[in-house]
Amino acid sequence: MKSYLKKHLVDLAGFTLFACFVAVSWAAEFQFGIQVRDQFVGSFLEMAAFLPLMFILVGLFDVWVPRGIVERHIGQGSGIMSVVWMVLLATLQAGPFYGALPVAYLFWKKGASARNIFIYLGAFSTMKIPMLSFEIGYLGLKFSLLRTLLTLPVFIIIALIMDKMFGKNFEMFSPETDVKKK
Amino acid sequence: MLIFAIVTSVILIVSLIADRKKTWLGIKKGAMMFINLLPSLLLILALVAVALALLPKEVMEKILGEESGFWGYFSAAVLGSISLIPGFIAYPLSGVLIKNGVSYPVIAVFITTLMMVGVLTLPLERKYFGWKVAIMRNLLSLIGALAIGITIGFLWSVI
Repeated sequence: MKSYLKKHLVDLAGFTLFACFVAVSWAAEFQFGIQVRDQFVGSFLEMAAFLPLMFILVGLFDVWVPRGIVERHIGQGSGIMSVVWMVLLATLQAGPFYGALPVAYLFWKKGASARNIFIYLGAFSTMKIPMLSFEIGYLGLKFSLLRTLLTLPVFIIIALIMDKMFGKNFEMFSPETDVKKK
Repeated sequence: MLIFAIVTSVILIVSLIADRKKTWLGIKKGAMMFINLLPSLLLILALVAVALALLPKEVMEKILGEESGFWGYFSAAVLGSISLIPGFIAYPLSGVLIKNGVSYPVIAVFITTLMMVGVLTLPLERKYFGWKVAIMRNLLSLIGALAIGITIGFLWSVI
């Protein structure tokens, strides 16, 4: 509990400030504050109805997905199948973009090409299945499908361009091991 | 929304039948993630509530709505590139924005730049790739995100 408060201190302090503002506005019948409160309550209720379900789904996804099976195929060959494996693996992940960088580094060490590494990063940032479930839930299937179908070729093209520009002497570094060296 | 609730319940029941322990672990993991995101979620919702009260729906529609054109995409791309919002918060937030007059193509640019372009994470990305590669990847992603948004803009009303 204490570490939780510490970790989220800024957010919680900010929100407490907001709550005080709303309470004072309500007491003083300050029109703007009441409008803010109604807007907040509206969007909060909509979210609260639905977010716990989402997170149950994300948690279940995390324990059931057999990432190991896919990971074994990384770094093997360079044909179209290696691209498919990269995308497949990326969609099974969760977490922020900077979490994918150390993973990409490991792939590079294992012998993955620059093209495949950028495809992994592209798919990781835009097509993670837990994220897609949020997207469908809040923005609808039509939007999600359209965006995903358009994004897939875009990040493949980006990866091809990156491969063309930097593929020859492509190198990755690991900040963690660099720090240790020093 | 209702379909989503049904799908989740079915998956939950299947998971329970298959493995009780694993299911419980999954629920606990999900709950922990939720609790850890809650403070920033509350704060962002509060800030958005203030912003939306300041900017009435008509103004919002003008800046980021269907008719906003280039500047709508541009502002969305700038916002998406410089902010660091996890997707778990960005999607509910986008849902609120859409209800308040922001158009889907503009949201597409915001979401795509948010996911693929990271000005704030550039110093970190540089450590893995070097400046040249990191900047190029971000630049190409920015162009790609704008292309995706504009294409969605064309297709949205047609489909």
